[in-house]
Amino acid sequence: MASVEVRAVSKRFDGAPVLRGVDLDVADGSTLSLLGPSGSGKSTLLRIIAGLETADDGRVLLDGADVSGVPVHRRDVGVVFQDQALFPHLDVAGNVGFGLRMAGVERGARRAAVGEALDLVGLPGFEGRDPATLSGGEAQRVALARALAPRPGVLLLDEPFAALDQLLRERLLLELRSLFDDLAVTVVAVTHDPTEAGTLGDRIAVLVEGGIAQVGATGEVLSRPTSVEVAGLVGQRNVVPASVDDGMLVCAWGRFSVPAGAPPVAVLVPPDAVSSSPDGADQHRLVGVVGGLVFRGGSAFAVVHGVDHAWPSLEVRAAADWQVGSRVELTIDATRVTPLTS
Amino acid sequence: MLAVPAAFLAVFFAVPAATLVLTGLRDGGRWDLGAVGDVLASPGTRRVAWFTLWQAAVSTLVTVVVALPSAWLLGRIRFAGRSLFSALLVVPFVLPTVVVGTAFLAVLGRDGPLADVGGLFGVEVDLRRTATAVIVAHVFFNYAVIARTVGAAWQAVDPSVEEAARTLGASRWAALRTVTLPLLRPAVAGASAIVFLFTFTSFGVVKILGGPRIATIEVEIHRLTTQLLDLQTAAVLSLLQLAAVLGALALYRRAGVRRGSGALRSGQSTLHRPAGRERIVVVATVVSAALLLGTPILTLVWRSFATADGPGLAFYRALSTVGRGSVAFVPPTEAIRNSLVFGSAAAAMALLVGGSAAVGLHRLGGRVRGFVDSSVMLPLGVSAVTVGFGFLIALDEPPLDLRTSPILIPAAQAVIAIPFVVRTLLPALDSVPGRLREAAASLGASPLRVWWEVDAHLLRRPALVAFGFAHAISLGEFGATVFIARADAPTVPVAIFRALGQPGALNVGQAMALSTVLLTLTTAVMLVVDRIGDRRVGGF
Repeated sequence: MASVEVRAVSKRFDGAPVLRGVDLDVADGSTLSLLGPSGSGKSTLLRIIAGLETADDGRVLLDGADVSGVPVHRRDVGVVFQDQALFPHLDVAGNVGFGLRMAGVERGARRAAVGEALDLVGLPGFEGRDPATLSGGEAQRVALARALAPRPGVLLLDEPFAALDQLLRERLLLELRSLFDDLAVTVVAVTHDPTEAGTLGDRIAVLVEGGIAQVGATGEVLSRPTSVEVAGLVGQRNVVPASVDDGMLVCAWGRFSVPAGAPPVAVLVPPDAVSSSPDGADQHRLVGVVGGLVFRGGSAFAVVHGVDHAWPSLEVRAAADWQVGSRVELTIDATRVTPLTS
Repeated sequence: MLAVPAAFLAVFFAVPAATLVLTGLRDGGRWDLGAVGDVLASPGTRRVAWFTLWQAAVSTLVTVVVALPSAWLLGRIRFAGRSLFSALLVVPFVLPTVVVGTAFLAVLGRDGPLADVGGLFGVEVDLRRTATAVIVAHVFFNYAVIARTVGAAWQAVDPSVEEAARTLGASRWAALRTVTLPLLRPAVAGASAIVFLFTFTSFGVVKILGGPRIATIEVEIHRLTTQLLDLQTAAVLSLLQLAAVLGALALYRRAGVRRGSGALRSGQSTLHRPAGRERIVVVATVVSAALLLGTPILTLVWRSFATADGPGLAFYRALSTVGRGSVAFVPPTEAIRNSLVFGSAAAAMALLVGGSAAVGLHRLGGRVRGFVDSSVMLPLGVSAVTVGFGFLIALDEPPLDLRTSPILIPAAQAVIAIPFVVRTLLPALDSVPGRLREAAASLGASPLRVWWEVDAHLLRRPALVAFGFAHAISLGEFGATVFIARADAPTVPVAIFRALGQPGALNVGQAMALSTVLLTLTTAVMLVVDRIGDRRVGGF
């Protein structure tokens, strides 16, 4: 097991900055999700940690030792690639045992370790299979077993589920998470999907345009983003512009008191912070019309806007009897309103 | 649609081939298999067969080793001038064998650059008439086959597979050895089989560079026919040649079946800019490729201007005359005209026959197609010399007395060009989306109209490319033409060969000048083809 430290890492491609002085810490045995839109530099950062790219500036420390000059094959990392990258000319056992073969592990011990790794990912007896005959989920598990078999200190995952369908992805995500907890391996996972980031990581680092926009515990980052950009990336929809007036935060949904900090330009109202009971303070009460209903995993959400569009739409948990066109009264829990910086 | 190619191939392929078999296996109206045994057992045949096999194997091996760095360059590295480099690599491959032979005479001879380098160290270098000369010329000739075929396969190997190996503890070299090269094995095997085939059936290069003592089976067939008039032995050797070639082709097909592993799944580019030490390797590869492929061509061109009185156009001026010291029956300019006329006729024939074959094949499905496909491709496996020899002995008596017919040479060249035409047009036809045809039909187009509006429009470019290819092949064709060209109507390669066979600086100079003209013509045709078509078309 090993910790990962990234210190002031910068990288340019053809003159365009991709990473601008990134700092990151992943504690020994913990898991971190690197969340960011495409082009944010998250995959580049992962490849720099792995040693597949070299940083123009800055250092990478694995287990406290600077590995900047260490070539990829001497670093103690395992990588699961987006497209799995299974060796098509080797069978499953050949793939999973490859790293052990490179390490000079003799045949018998290798066979045992391969079997163990395949058991771990739930594919016992797959040794003789040709990678071309595997389903998407099986291939992903083999790729994982291959990366884990040499027992690397750090496991790096690059968009590991991009090629899989929704249902399979969710099942694998949960399996993976409990596997990582069992193995206590240090994991850095790159993804653009907030659900994936949330399930896999103890912590989330949000990368925007080559810089860390926010980093923190998973629940914190997902529910209390600090900027408009991050709010969008973690999937928060209820964001409107706001201004500060006379010590109060003013937006289309009402006036709220401002906590100390950087001057906000917008507010976020989490769907859970809105209730449909008409018993709050006046300034936090809204009367609106249900514009549409959205179902997500069995729960219903309503998109409500002001009568005659007096205020912009707000996504809230729908009550059972709501229908499109229903008039509803909403109350916003002022303590959960989050100011956002630009 | 298949009637046209069937009739053409029956007359110009099946009849000569059958005659060849009959000539070889019958003696005075009886089957005489004993003679076959005698020929095969004779020490002369064994020597020729062994040399043919040996030089082909060595040529192939050396080509693979020498061209592999360029394959890596094309498959992995992004650099300025990459597409130019890739295009220039092909120039030697499309050069007529006679031109290659002449160029290497100039390079390896006593007045050549190699001798100049040797002179610096006080060593006299003259590699003409050696097996080394033949092998070096073969490497020059086939460099592009390995570099481009393996390069394309290399580009299709997902770099993340190599990266995966690296993250699992493989050094650069170990990743190359355990992952990349095994994945490239089918491509290397396929390309090697092609190179082996070309070098095994090599005629013009060996004829010019090898001198009297070195002979491949092809050269021996020519010698037996034209000098010793021993048609039966020649026919037996042709059959031996045919068997060997078909065997190699079968192996090639088997190698081809397993291709396609390690293919790229994502559409992203696999090229990268070289960094650090890689840059040195890139420069070294480009420079050595340029030296190997550029020296012969530049030496040839230079020698065509290097007269006894210094640089001048004397050799070119002499091309329009039948001068003293020159033994040409006709002015060499006549040969240029002949080549252009024959080439155009051959290309037209090849396009007509190969085009109908491609359309016919496209409409066939399944097993029938596989069978017909391989019978159309058969001439590809039969060497040019065999075709020429077959023409010579088959089409010289009624009902097929074509000896004096102007159609004979274009027909022979078309037989050789047809497989290339089919290989160019068939994939193009197959790639026309069926939906386009359905859409046109649903919009009210009759079947003929659909063909005209959809297929004909989309096939115009591939057809031009096929025509250009066939024309370039015909321009440089030597092995078949040398058997059937009349003394008073030579093509350029035949004229070059004759000039080289005569003593005197003027004759050699004329050969260099004619070779330069042919080089320019072929390169021009290929450049036009490259412009019109997709670069991948028609290549192996």
